[in-house]
Amino acid sequence: MIDAAKFKPKMIYVTYIAATLEKVWHALIDPAFTKQYFFGFAVEIEARTGGHFRILWPDGRVHVVGEVVEWSPPRRLAVTWLVEGMKGFGELPECLVTYDIAPSGEATKLTMSESHSWDVPRDILKGGEMGWPKILSSLKSLLETGKPLTAANEPPPPEFMEAVKRAVADKPWLRPQTGR
Amino acid sequence: MSKPTFVYVTYIRSTPDKVWAALTDPQAIKKFWFGITAESDFKPGSPWALKFEDGRTADAGEILEAVPPRRLVIRWRNEFKPELKAEGYSRCTMEIELADYYPESGGKAVKLTINHELEGDGTKFVEAVSGGWPKVLSNLKSLLETGDVAFDEKVHA
Repeated sequence: MIDAAKFKPKMIYVTYIAATLEKVWHALIDPAFTKQYFFGFAVEIEARTGGHFRILWPDGRVHVVGEVVEWSPPRRLAVTWLVEGMKGFGELPECLVTYDIAPSGEATKLTMSESHSWDVPRDILKGGEMGWPKILSSLKSLLETGKPLTAANEPPPPEFMEAVKRAVADKPWLRPQTGR
Repeated sequence: MSKPTFVYVTYIRSTPDKVWAALTDPQAIKKFWFGITAESDFKPGSPWALKFEDGRTADAGEILEAVPPRRLVIRWRNEFKPELKAEGYSRCTMEIELADYYPESGGKAVKLTINHELEGDGTKFVEAVSGGWPKVLSNLKSLLETGDVAFDEKVHA
């Protein structure tokens, strides 16, 4: 298991959804749901802390592998992500994705945090900054209207691929951290 | 050094015209902004204010740019919390774009980007709007997609 204390949130996205805590939780762990709102990806998750976690392409290829760091239905889910399905990306350190689910009036507040254990370049964070608003907007639509959004998963910008290549060559996470 | 800024992106199943109308119609604003409404004709150079239901001013400023249905820029200062007012004016840019979509499924989405940047220094104003925008924009999205807001929370001054 990773040392979660070493991971600092680099992107936080909050959305309020007209659905129960349980329905929001279910939408995060049920592949029949994730396929609809998450660019066709199916999650495969073992229902326990320490369990395995994967995200699969529609054709069954592996996109992300990881581990369940916290399984506390329906309030908190934390998983590590190692993106194997994109060239070079699998050599970067894993990141930590945490979902906090809390009541807020008659709605449910969903907070997604993407945390990293190293000083990730801004250009690499752009990947998540582009993707999360689409994924979580679509999740909200699916739960509230029964229909997801169909915004396309755009390819990452060239500076993102360049930054990944540079990081894989330099391995800055092996150097002592600056304490940020 | 970049200015203190909050950025939020949401995708809405709607059209740019409808999103623009909701952002500039006092009656619609009142529904998704927890009872707060806007006073402005949303023309460049015009005054702009957000008002509580009891008539007090929450925020005030001026419309800097208005390009329907694409872009709205507001010069914006908090007026009801001394510690926020003390941080001075901010600039809020709202951009409405038609997002890429999968033509085969006929889906469309509007990408709404809010970029709210403080003109000077300080952390409290941007912290306050970081908490507020996700609530307001979640409600706006629900209102446009379902005809009703996600939740109704009274704002206390």
